[in-house]
This record gives sequence, C-alpha cells and structure tokens, in this order.
Amino acid sequence: MDAIKTVDLTKKYKDLTAVDGLNLTVRQGELMSLLGVNGAGKTTTIKMLTGLTKPTSGEAYLLGKNIMTESEAVKSAIAVSPQETAVAPNLTVKENLELMAGVHGFSKDEIKVKISELCKRFDLKNIENKRAGKLSGGWQRRLSIAMALISDPRILFLDEPTLGLDVLARSELWDMIRALKGKMTVILTTHYMEEAEALSDRVAIMKSGRLLLTGTPAEIKAHAGTDKFDEAFVRIVKEAVV
Amino acid sequence: MKVFAFSKRNDLEILRDPLNLFFGVGFPLVLLILMTAIQKNIPVQMFEIERLAPGIVIFGLSFMTLFSATLIAKDRGSSFLQRLYTTPLTAGGFILGYLLPVLPICIAQSVICFAMAVILGLKVTVHILTSVLFTLPVALLFVSLGLLCGSIFTDKQVGGICGALLTNLTAWLSGIWFDLGLVGGAFQKIANLLPFVHAVEMERAVLRGDYAGVFPHILWVMGYAAAVTGIAVFAFLRQMKRQ
Repeated sequence: MDAIKTVDLTKKYKDLTAVDGLNLTVRQGELMSLLGVNGAGKTTTIKMLTGLTKPTSGEAYLLGKNIMTESEAVKSAIAVSPQETAVAPNLTVKENLELMAGVHGFSKDEIKVKISELCKRFDLKNIENKRAGKLSGGWQRRLSIAMALISDPRILFLDEPTLGLDVLARSELWDMIRALKGKMTVILTTHYMEEAEALSDRVAIMKSGRLLLTGTPAEIKAHAGTDKFDEAFVRIVKEAVV
Repeated sequence: MKVFAFSKRNDLEILRDPLNLFFGVGFPLVLLILMTAIQKNIPVQMFEIERLAPGIVIFGLSFMTLFSATLIAKDRGSSFLQRLYTTPLTAGGFILGYLLPVLPICIAQSVICFAMAVILGLKVTVHILTSVLFTLPVALLFVSLGLLCGSIFTDKQVGGICGALLTNLTAWLSGIWFDLGLVGGAFQKIANLLPFVHAVEMERAVLRGDYAGVFPHILWVMGYAAAVTGIAVFAFLRQMKRQ
C-alpha cells in the first residue's frame, strides 16, 4: 500500500486553478520533497492532503484512506509541522508537547513517556521549562517538529522546516530529518535546492499547479542534463509549458 | 481529555499575559477603590458600594471579550490553529476549548471584585455568593462575543473593537457611572435594547436579595447570551472551513 496516492486531484479558487489534476504516488517510508516556485501549488497540495482544504475534484488516499470520507482516520495517522513556527508562545516546551499529546487523546502515563523520549531525542531536556516564545528560531523549529512527532505519525508533513535558520541550526535540523527516514513517510516542501537534494529519496517538481516530474535527485539531474541540482530544477521549470 | 488539553492551554495563554491580569483584575479593583474614595468625600448614591460593586463586576467581565478574542485571532493569524486543525480535535472541541476555560476566570474575577468590595464596606451576605453565580450568563455573553470577534477580526482589529469600543459601550450604556434616566431619550432607549444595563440591574437586584427584581433583566441577558453564542459558533465554524 502506498503512503499517498492522488488521482486527478484538483483545487480551484474562482478563476485560479491552484492544483491541476495531480497524480502523485509516495511510497511508505520515503522522504519526498515537493519543489516549485511560489504559486506552484505545493502548499495547496499539502492543505488538501492534511484535510485543511477540500479538493474541487479528484481523489486522494493516505495509507489507503480517502481524505474526504475517512478524514478522522487520516488525521490520526498524520502530523504537520507548518511553515511558520506553530508553537504556543506562553507555554513552556513541556506544556507545548503535553498539549499536542493531549489533543491526540493520550493518557497521562503515555504523555509522560512520550515527552521524556522526545526531549531526549531532540535535546530539549535542559529547556523543557522555558517558555516557547523565548526560544531562538532554531529551537522553536526543533520544538515544532517534536510536537508533530508526539503522535507517532505514519506520515509527516514538513512545510519549509529550515526557512530563515542559520547554517548551524539548519544542519542540526537536517540531521534530525535524516534520522526520521525509513521510520515514517515524510513530505517536505522547501525552497532550498541543496536541502531537497541532501534529504530526499525522491523529488516532485510542480509548476502552476501541475506536476512536471518526479524522480530521485540523480534522475532529475540526468533528465536536465546537468550535474547541479539547482540548475536542473531551473531548467525543468523554465522549459516546461503548462 | 482532548478538549481539556486544549482548554488548559487557552487558560495558561490568557493567565500568563501580564496585560490581561492588569486589565482583568487590577483595573476593576483600582476603579472600585477610586470610586469608593470619591464617594466618601462627595457622597453620591450611584457610587454606594452596594450599587457600585455589581457594576464594576460586569464592567470587568467586558475585558474577557478582549482576552478571548485576542487569543483566537492570534491563533488564526499564526499557523498554530492550522496545526491543531490537522489533529483529531473536533469542531465542537475547539469551540468548547475556547469558551469553557474563560468562564472560571470570570468567576474568579467576580470573587476578587466582591472581596475587595467587602474590604471597602460591602456587608457580607449570602447574596454575594448568588451574585457571583448570576454572573455566569453575563460571562457566557462576553466570552461568546470574544469567540465571535476572534473568528471574524484580526488581532489588531480585535484590539480596537473589543478593547476600546466594547469596553466603552459597556461603560457608557450600562448605568454604572451615571443614571441613564438623566440622559433619557434615544440614548436610554438604545441602552435598554442592549444587554449591558440589564446585566448590571440584574446583579444589583441579586445583591440586595430582590430575586423578583432580576426579571426582566435576566431574560435580556440570557437571550443575548444565547443569540451571541449561536452566531459565534456559526462564525467560528465558517472561518474553520475557510482555513
């Protein structure tokens, strides 16, 4: 069973077609990056797959469950770390994690175990009683991903996880994302080509709501006839007529 | 459990904001002390503690709209609410999670105000307890107004509409600071069509033990509370769909 399968998935806003007949398959345990310039339809695709917006037409299945008719089952299996750092600023690191575990319906004992495990894994132990709003951007992003992982999702959506971070914080987050590979399916959106190349098993390139190409970073480079990934991306997007 | 986790977060967000504590508790207490001091020097029936305390309690509750609306509008403005929308928490859970945690804060605020009123000379009777209980429909009205405003306005707009407009409307059209009959005419008619003056008159009647006197005021308050809650739920669900 595929982790994600979309069939002619389309989203229209009045005159604008944000996503146009998307047919995409993501295998379980795979890390796939969705790439595209602004307005390519990446965020709308993620919003549809996570149940935040309804498709105009077409279908999508997450782990075999229809996103429209089995949304509760889908929500239990996914987690999202949004583009902005979505943490509760006046709550401590620990309280933010407790909140996410609570809204997923875990018992007190389970919450305790999960928080202890995540704090250890993400190095949050020393700052667990610090308010999230007082943390640096890198630590907030780290907390944001930890919050997404507390429900042990089978599919994790990471929307621009390293946007605005310095080199060191980005490198640390890359290590964390790499550590997730194989344990769950990860859908990553990013504008950083080197990030997509370094982390992805496969890459999907979108333009004006349409899927142009999917493949491994090596396949993408070979397709564009260059050994530089960012150059390959630019060529494919520029040459595509949609 | 899911709703409780979300409610707890909302409580903490409100209570940990020092500005909320100042306006929610500090400001009404300062008004109570100030007006009582003025009353001692220039006695005015309006500011006798038995009339003033229920008015200040209602005025204090109007700030709950601001706190509640600001929290919701900020959540909507950030990705925080979007993140929670992808969890198994239901639409009903979100609404209860925003409404319920503010009600105990309202009760606590009323208790603190009446406690200060007792220190300032209010006679201790069982009617103080019933007055606190009667603040519940008023609290629901203000908290639902917060849910409504937070669902349709941005956090900046909420600051102007709930922080300035609503608190002023509550102050001017409630008969706390002056007898509305002295102004009369359209002003009094409009005031009587709104719930604020009825909330104050209901509280005053309960505090003096005149339970027959709560009518018709309680009907106005409960009617407004039910209507605003209904509209607020509709507005919240609408914005949730739009997200």
